[in-house]
Amino acid sequence: MEMIHADKLSYHYKIHDEEGRVTGSKTAVDSVDLDIATGDFIAVLGHNGSGKSTLAKHINAILLPTGGSIWIRGMDTKDMANLWEIRQTAGMVFQNPDNQIIGTVVEEDVGFGPENIGIPTKEIWRRVDESLKSVEMTKYRHASPNKLSGGQKQRVAIAGVLAMRPRCIVLDEPTAMLDPAGRREVIDTVKRLNKDEGITVILITHYMDEVISADKVFVMDKGRIVMHGTPREIFSQVEMLAGYGLDVPQAAKLAHELRKRGLDIPAGILTKDELVEAVCRLKSGI
Amino acid sequence: MLRDITLGQYYPAAGLLHRLDPRVKIVCTLIYLVSLFLFNNIICYAAATAFLIAVILLSRVPIHFMVKGMKAIVVLLLITVVFNLFLTQGTPLVHFWKLTITEQGLRTAAFMAIRLMYLIIGASVMTLTTTPNALTDGLEELLKPLSKIKVPVHEIAMMMSIALRFIPILMEETDKIMKAQMARGADLESGNIFQRARAMVPILVPLFISAFRRANDLAMAMEARCYHGGDGRTKMKPLSYRCADYTAYAVTAAYLAAVITIGNTVHFHLWIF
Amino acid sequence: MPIEIRNLNYTYGAGTCFEAHALQNISFTIPDGQFLGIIGHTGSGKSTLIQHLNGLVKPSSGDILYNGVSIYSENFSMRELRQNVGLVFQYPEHQLFEESVLKDVCFGPKNQGLSPAECEERAREALLLSGVPQEFYDSSPFELSGGQKRRVAIAGVIAMHPKVLILDEPTAGLDPSGRDEILGQIRDLHQKTGMAVVLVSHSMEDVAEYVERIVVLSDGVLFCEGTPREVFRRYRELENLGLAAPQVTYIMHALRDRGLPVDPDITTMEEATDEICRVMGVEDAS
Repeated sequence: MEMIHADKLSYHYKIHDEEGRVTGSKTAVDSVDLDIATGDFIAVLGHNGSGKSTLAKHINAILLPTGGSIWIRGMDTKDMANLWEIRQTAGMVFQNPDNQIIGTVVEEDVGFGPENIGIPTKEIWRRVDESLKSVEMTKYRHASPNKLSGGQKQRVAIAGVLAMRPRCIVLDEPTAMLDPAGRREVIDTVKRLNKDEGITVILITHYMDEVISADKVFVMDKGRIVMHGTPREIFSQVEMLAGYGLDVPQAAKLAHELRKRGLDIPAGILTKDELVEAVCRLKSGI
Repeated sequence: MLRDITLGQYYPAAGLLHRLDPRVKIVCTLIYLVSLFLFNNIICYAAATAFLIAVILLSRVPIHFMVKGMKAIVVLLLITVVFNLFLTQGTPLVHFWKLTITEQGLRTAAFMAIRLMYLIIGASVMTLTTTPNALTDGLEELLKPLSKIKVPVHEIAMMMSIALRFIPILMEETDKIMKAQMARGADLESGNIFQRARAMVPILVPLFISAFRRANDLAMAMEARCYHGGDGRTKMKPLSYRCADYTAYAVTAAYLAAVITIGNTVHFHLWIF
Repeated sequence: MPIEIRNLNYTYGAGTCFEAHALQNISFTIPDGQFLGIIGHTGSGKSTLIQHLNGLVKPSSGDILYNGVSIYSENFSMRELRQNVGLVFQYPEHQLFEESVLKDVCFGPKNQGLSPAECEERAREALLLSGVPQEFYDSSPFELSGGQKRRVAIAGVIAMHPKVLILDEPTAGLDPSGRDEILGQIRDLHQKTGMAVVLVSHSMEDVAEYVERIVVLSDGVLFCEGTPREVFRRYRELENLGLAAPQVTYIMHALRDRGLPVDPDITTMEEATDEICRVMGVEDAS
């Protein structure tokens, strides 16, 4: 069974002025078709306002489609009976580390989710222990979240989601407010969860270098999916990405600039090593 | 840096009191505080003093933390003592210029002063040995019966613990906003009270907006983790009574009984007290 | 109006068991009109340092001279200092509060004692320089997108006509096109008005691209200063401090190690492209 299947998913909303009169409408998500397989690491890229966050919020039924449908493991999000099951299946980590931590002690926050779904006390403890271990935060279990760094807080948030035993985690720009070290911590954790525990990961971001090891990349603009493919396929189209307000990893950009100047660098270069190799091969070929 | 300030006055230590169930502490503190107003007899005050000293010793909290709470009521204490001392009618004791101190005045002033001090110290012991979160859990459990008459006990407790969590965060944000507005030339220090109040607008508006934004984000995060109110929720750290808790209840009950009995039967006087 | 920092020390909680040296013996100068970059790992003291420059924080010891006069001397007006040394905090859009964009940008000039007409003129000029479209001037700042709000906040500081503009991570949380636009506007501002600009950033690429000189902080100590080339040449040491060099510098070093006679100290994309092309014998496109 597919993890996620969306069919002509749309989300429109009306804009009201101060008196409540309708002054316009906006289409945040425009007829999106999407298929995500279990165990994949998917990245969704897009400039601010492209609809990527709005799309993400449909996956765990925070938003319901105004047109079309989306199924999570076969469950239609519009069916209210599925709500809690869907939210347990698809967990979500948000952008602001502070605004998603409820507990005043790390382990209590991680237990919040299981408490909500009525898990017995002993089982809650087991899940909390395992989740903290998965994100490598066991050492901090008794700490106050206020004393943690941004990267550590996000890992606690991920642990809080893991404690619900989801099949899929959606991360909505989880590193946007972090420093480079924090970003690395979070992305490494997420990659590990995907690889070692087989959790489907959907990473919404606009940091290109986080996306290099994804299985598939979707690019959104004006509520539509305008590009999709492997990272290599996507990042070789530098001009098109620039048109969508996006950037490419530095190595890919340099490769592109060199190609523009007439050097015969092959397409699809992503990393420093690949570029160095290509340039050296070219040099020795000359 | 502001985030390092521990909220409330919780003082971590390996004391007996720290390990007690928060419900015990809340109930016993209340009983103690109420007891202070049930007698007027010096033997009872002695008993109350003994009880308090025992509790302070068991708490393992350095004495100066207890006394810190008194700073807040110094003015009230002074006013109470002075008024009772000089304005109570009765048998005169001492004269200062036109002012007379009566026996009754001295008596009332002393007793009121002691009551106030013990009130503060008693409450301090509770907050020093119980984390704000434990207090919230304890209150939630104690007030649970009220939910049968539709009082939203769980929601209130949830609100309190979220507030506790965000107070340090909002304090830090206030500091940041203040600095940002000062960097734009805002003057938060000079002027009369009206000018200073107006100067707070550039601080309060962004702060409220930020608080609402956070609340919105938090609500979404809670829903994403399947929060749907108190029904069907289990607890990770359920409160359960142990031996020491029952002992504490028993000791406090005994104290209360003793104080009521002595207060009504024994008539003992030390000078005018 | 140069700023000279002499032996600046700042200690938290002096004398208690929580004592922490946030800044230790910092000394350097910001000459007139320079575009300076300050880099350092999280917790290195960057934020504390810049808050000293406009007198928001007082040091434990040391001095800061503005135009040759100590800012801690008797009769020195801190308010005047704050007009001349503008500080834009991280996520500056969180300080917006007025009913309209124009009114909010007028806040700074108003505090300077300018007449309403002058305030409005300054505000319009600042909004133009910041790239805020005119149609938004009368809107509530809270109706704007994140990037626009940030531009309004920056305009709010520029409107005070500072001689030195300090920006703490102005691109935090923005998408790639947003980042490029803001930095481009800051560069334009620097060139048009000749004000000194201090850019605190975690992005080595941004710093290499835009600044003339870099100051490196580590654990409250000034580790080194110099041009981007000079500083990033020491990339191995920077790595030990939790920093790095721009990606292209690593690429150039790798190419050098493979025998290509490239200049390894290059720090920007443009220079890297030119250099590689030169070495490969490709003619300059210009």
